[in-house]
Amino acid sequence: MTTLRQVCHHIRSKNAGPFWVTIDLFFDGDASFRRYGESPVLGPELFQRLYGADPRLVKRYPVPKLHMVKISYARTNVQGGEVERDMHCGQQFVRLLDVELDDRA
Amino acid sequence: MRIETTETFAGPIRILVPTGSLGAGAREEEIRYAMARGMHAIATDAGSTDSGAAYLALGISKNNRGSVKRDLTVLMKAASDARIPLIIGSAGQAGGDANVDWTKEIALEVAAELGIKPRIAILYSEIDKATLKARNALGKVRALPPLGALDDATIDSCDHIVAVMGAEPYIAALQAGADIIIGGRTTDTAVIASYALWKGAPPGPAWHAAKVAECGGQCAVNRLASAGVLISIDRNGFEVEPPSLENQCSPHSVSAHMLYENSNPFLLTEPGGTLDVTEADYTAIDHRAVRVTGSVWKPQPYTMKLEGAGRGRYQTIMLIGIQDPDVLTRVDEFHDKMLAWLYRRTRDTIGPAAGDFHISLRMYGWNAVSGDKPPAGTPAPREIGVLFVATADTQEMATQIAKACNPYFFHFPIELDKELPSYGFAFSPADIERGPVYEFKLNHVVEVDDPQALVRTEWLDLSRQERAP
Repeated sequence: MTTLRQVCHHIRSKNAGPFWVTIDLFFDGDASFRRYGESPVLGPELFQRLYGADPRLVKRYPVPKLHMVKISYARTNVQGGEVERDMHCGQQFVRLLDVELDDRA
Repeated sequence: MRIETTETFAGPIRILVPTGSLGAGAREEEIRYAMARGMHAIATDAGSTDSGAAYLALGISKNNRGSVKRDLTVLMKAASDARIPLIIGSAGQAGGDANVDWTKEIALEVAAELGIKPRIAILYSEIDKATLKARNALGKVRALPPLGALDDATIDSCDHIVAVMGAEPYIAALQAGADIIIGGRTTDTAVIASYALWKGAPPGPAWHAAKVAECGGQCAVNRLASAGVLISIDRNGFEVEPPSLENQCSPHSVSAHMLYENSNPFLLTEPGGTLDVTEADYTAIDHRAVRVTGSVWKPQPYTMKLEGAGRGRYQTIMLIGIQDPDVLTRVDEFHDKMLAWLYRRTRDTIGPAAGDFHISLRMYGWNAVSGDKPPAGTPAPREIGVLFVATADTQEMATQIAKACNPYFFHFPIELDKELPSYGFAFSPADIERGPVYEFKLNHVVEVDDPQALVRTEWLDLSRQERAP
């Protein structure tokens, strides 16, 4: 099985304002982007499972020119709330690194 | 107001964005570079919501006074020498009235020290609760997901509320002859785009250039080799280059920045319209500069985003370090057992007076950031830090809970029949009062017919004050 970190040269996460998180998946080239960029594995259900996100508030934007996919989801806890663990959401990308992608050609 | 039209715009307009945030460290050699390239204005934001709601709720800056004063000194001198405007937005991190006034006082101090007498426009956009309630009652406030409709209780829960300004108040201040503008909360892009828009630059390139430049040198290949960035906006597009020969911008570094901290990679919503970069084309001019064309501005009915911050309950924290291997092979079990005892201890000693309290243990070195249980077979860490966080209705109660938990937190055994251990702690007294939790309460926009309707402009004309009797 291929994991996300094997086909991306850079993966990052960050707040997009206090109520949204945005994740950038920079694939390592056109081939990987074409093969995995639209993978159903990277759908709203994944973000529901990993982050508790509301699947209706998960948005995916492929950017072919940059061989990247941006996925944004609504934060499930208020930024800076009583159990804040990651104020900037800068560490949230880590849970994606070992996500196994559908390897069907 | 006289604004040159795009048809008569000669261009190009060159704007130096000297740093990603006022106080982060503008570099004098980069300003000299931009001066030699014929810059027309210096523009930078001074804040963001990223660091949390405390700065708006408390009206305080994130950057320290000394570093803001240092940057203001460098930039005000450069702008005065070159006789060009200096434009600052989101003053004092949050851009509330208190944040703006803090920045204003520093600017006045710097002006006196430099012996310069600029005309300073101060733009305030803090909105009082009664005004917002009235506009909400008229149906002029709209919720953005994931939040719902705004109610008065939510408005009342905020300590400070700002309406995020667009470029128009800045353009009006430039038109009225401002040498320096210190603005409250504003979109980063509006601060940077305002001068070019005032000069009649086409809005697509002006807004897109501003978005690329909003974090200063972040859009360059080496994010640390230069603090700022120089943008040049012309009739058909814009160019971007680092103001340092040591650094480069590439089509990739520039286009990737459009993605940064933005939930949609193609659209950027501004108060009076939307920037659409779907068809934008990025090409290298040489090894250091990039040209961008195809950026489109789509005007929309004018809306201002609202940011409101308020305080929640109070927290007291304690911290220990653990190296004992008997604990470190069973961190999850240790966490669960200790947490149960701390709740029991609080209920037994304080009782109902503790109210609806909350205790959280964050196991740093194990799973503090994720909060997830690591998979079975995860190797034991060498040491961990455990952060205790008690949350209660008052600071006093949060501290009472911490004090009640203190002996259990510092000496809780993994095996109850063994002698009590003592974990490593660094401070005495061990409990640290953290104050209230601060949260953003609003994710709404307010519709306005006039971009200035919620903005107050005040003038400090130092040359006139000097002449006054």
